[in-house]
Amino acid sequence: MMPVKTFKIDGQDVSGREDETILEIARENDIFLPTLCNIAGLKPVGACRLCMVEVAGSNKLLPACATRVQEGMEVTTNSERLQKYRRMILEMLFVEGNHICSVCVANGHCELQWLAEKLGVDHTRLNYMFPAKEVDVSHYRYAIDHNRCILCTRCVRVCAEIEGAHTWDVSGRGIEAKVVTDLNTPWALSETCTECGKCVQVCPTGALFKKSRAVGEMVKDGQFLPYLKTMREVDNA
Amino acid sequence: MHREEFEQIVQAERDKHRAYEHHINVCTALGCVAYGSEKVVDALEAEVKERGLEHKCKITGVGCLGLCGNGPIMKTEPDNQFYQSVKPSDSADIIDHLGKEPVKRIHLPQNSPFFIGQQRVVLSNAGKIDPEEIESALAFGAYRALFQAATEMTPTEVLREVTASGLRGRGGAGYPTGLKWSTVAKMDDTIKYIVCNGDEGDPGAFMDRSIMESDPHRILEGMAIAAYAVGATEGYIYVRAEYGLGIQRLKKAIRQAEKMGFLGNNIFDSPFSFNVQLRLGAGAFVCGEETALIASIEGQRGNPRPRPPYPAMSGLWGHSTLINNVETFANIAPIILNGSEWFAGIGTKKSAGTKVFALSGKVNRVGLIEVPMGITLRQIIEGIGGGIPDGRAFKAVQTGGPSGGCIPQEHLDTPVDYESLRELGSIMGSGGMVIMDDTSSMVSVARYFMEFCMDESCGKCIPCRVGTAQMHELLTRFVDKEATEADLELLEELCDMVSQTSLCGLGQSAPNPVMSTLRYFRDEYLQCIAPAQEPA
Amino acid sequence: MVRPVEVAPPSDDKRWRIINATMRRYGYKPHALIETLHAVQEAFGFLDDASLSFVAQRLNVPMSKAYGVATFYHFFSLKPPARHNCVICLGTACYIKGSDQMLKSLGEAYGIEEGEITPDSEFALLSARCVGGCGQAPVAVVDGEVVSGLTPDNVVAMVREKINHAS
Repeated sequence: MMPVKTFKIDGQDVSGREDETILEIARENDIFLPTLCNIAGLKPVGACRLCMVEVAGSNKLLPACATRVQEGMEVTTNSERLQKYRRMILEMLFVEGNHICSVCVANGHCELQWLAEKLGVDHTRLNYMFPAKEVDVSHYRYAIDHNRCILCTRCVRVCAEIEGAHTWDVSGRGIEAKVVTDLNTPWALSETCTECGKCVQVCPTGALFKKSRAVGEMVKDGQFLPYLKTMREVDNA
Repeated sequence: MHREEFEQIVQAERDKHRAYEHHINVCTALGCVAYGSEKVVDALEAEVKERGLEHKCKITGVGCLGLCGNGPIMKTEPDNQFYQSVKPSDSADIIDHLGKEPVKRIHLPQNSPFFIGQQRVVLSNAGKIDPEEIESALAFGAYRALFQAATEMTPTEVLREVTASGLRGRGGAGYPTGLKWSTVAKMDDTIKYIVCNGDEGDPGAFMDRSIMESDPHRILEGMAIAAYAVGATEGYIYVRAEYGLGIQRLKKAIRQAEKMGFLGNNIFDSPFSFNVQLRLGAGAFVCGEETALIASIEGQRGNPRPRPPYPAMSGLWGHSTLINNVETFANIAPIILNGSEWFAGIGTKKSAGTKVFALSGKVNRVGLIEVPMGITLRQIIEGIGGGIPDGRAFKAVQTGGPSGGCIPQEHLDTPVDYESLRELGSIMGSGGMVIMDDTSSMVSVARYFMEFCMDESCGKCIPCRVGTAQMHELLTRFVDKEATEADLELLEELCDMVSQTSLCGLGQSAPNPVMSTLRYFRDEYLQCIAPAQEPA
Repeated sequence: MVRPVEVAPPSDDKRWRIINATMRRYGYKPHALIETLHAVQEAFGFLDDASLSFVAQRLNVPMSKAYGVATFYHFFSLKPPARHNCVICLGTACYIKGSDQMLKSLGEAYGIEEGEITPDSEFALLSARCVGGCGQAPVAVVDGEVVSGLTPDNVVAMVREKINHAS
């Protein structure tokens, strides 16, 4: 039997199984934590750093998605400092790519856009980097616009962990990092892609989309996401 | 192998060594090779042969003798004379003067300030043994500590010794080695791994390279003792691919140690077995971070992952893993042989033992030094290093590479230990010490390190991936003298945010060079702020 | 243990035997990827799509993952090498002794930027983060050999001499 831990999030008493994360318990108790790389059903990677929380007694911030619950821990999810850092992370994502919401297929259905509104990011002091990025429209059904990719790697993980095709991975490193299909092969020529479309559905922005969608028409399939988690639980059972 | 057998081998090697009347040890580590030391070895050997002295005089290519800036360096024994900047044409004179007054022209006196204050523990055999011959290492005590540990001590006793010695990780952060070992020892895992981090990536650091090139057996022995103590049977040495000579010597050392039975199954006829494999890095600084290094050994991109779980709990292939760096492992054998009390008596209370530093940059005597902890920066730079060349003035010393900081003149009397350096906004780091004179611009030094971190960022987490690029652009504005007050404010905010939110040590410490130069040389930043434009 | 997939090498070049031997030594396990890529680069000088694809399939590594690894590590090159190369060390010790100026001089002399190859594939100008030769700073590595005693003024002549000497 898995031991259950009781602890506090923002002063509220909560409990969680030993193998659960702070994020899971926060969600369970309707405590909001912003996330972009995390998605229920895929392994957490702790990459976007949006869900960082303060834990009393530790001077380091911890990613809620990758931190297991512990007895008696006191978690703070929304201090002023955390809010500031989160806004800065979102600003970084906006200046790193070329995000023009008004012409984006995901306008109105984009997690990045939604979070920016929610956390009050309406301008930035950072320097826009205006990188020259590619768009791969070779596939007959799907396309990827790297200008809108935030490197959350949900596509990489869903393809490897759920579909088992591992068509996607990250190439290069640092600011040059980019998701690729196969050997950086045009998507249409990928030998491993099963065309299942899961990558498109989990993509939080308009980077991956179905073709022939006009501005604001790319609505990601919400029904698809709980299915991921269920499947994982079935796998683990 | 029994005690007697081991002693016999050692004694035979010692006798062989003593059979020669004279030894000439020429440094053949990378630095001196670049100055042509291999040609010096050839010339000396030819000279010896011509005079028919082959049985009296032995020429040995050895590891680092320290003063890399004046290579090739060599030492004669038992005369104990050092020579510097030796050329092949010096051979005849050197041999003429064996056992007599040294050759003045190239003599490096023993009382040179370079040697004063140095104490060789890690490097005790460097420069004495032929790193490519295990026999030569055995004559100087190699594998005796392993023998003692595996045949006369329980794993708990070994752990106790290492803990009591006060040894702390030499890779940078200074985590207590004994604590790390006992954590792994306590893990209930049937498979455990020992990993030696030889991915020395800090620009300006070449301590670990020198140890690998000078005394590879010392590293293997330390790893094997660790394996015995924590109950591991497999080990990996991860070395950056750039270190060709070190790799070649380690490979040879592993083969020789296996052949002699110091690695492999049933070491010293005990139930203890330990095998070591070498893995090459491929040019990624971030792989010095332990979780990234593990990913790299597993054949993956060197992306770090959140800790906990720490490698001690879940490391290589999910198993309990002990990771220490080269210099840490190289300290183990002396601790076992001489006892923890002896080791704890060197250095300071909280930072025991010695530390190897690579002294470079604008300093008169460039090279590899080993000093007891607690020595002051001034003793190192002005004493051992001989001060600043060309009559210039000292400005700062950079320690800890891209994760460290620049320490100015007014703190030169600070003792070198983990805590003191941290208080100054730098870190001990792995041991690079780059001296800068008054011609160096601290703003460009800060940008240099930021460019390094930007290029080496793995790109996984946003603060490091984008933050380093943003800070680099801001610093470029300062270098170009086009910065504004707002840029300075933003730079400081980014420093705070990136250090607090990045996933791994690379990002968390990337702002250190900027923060430390802002702390001590803020004026230089202010001078780079362009005068405000008059409104039109 | 996963049974190795029988895949034929991209060509009947004998060097593939060395690559195969490397993979066999590691039991064709996926973790042999980096070691195998080292072997390919040593044998062929660079990694192309055919070799990446072959190694990936033989080791049961997804192609995108092999590509990800090959592009993550700066030691690996996806382009054919030049006949000669000069690596300028940009480690701290070399940097503060003017190695960035050396890079500039060489770039101007050969008309290429750092990381580029001359159009005739004769010469590549590269940089390294630290070759560990800080004692001799500033240093360059010309065709694998460490060269010291360099200044921004003499570096072009020194490199030309080394290269001409070699060919």
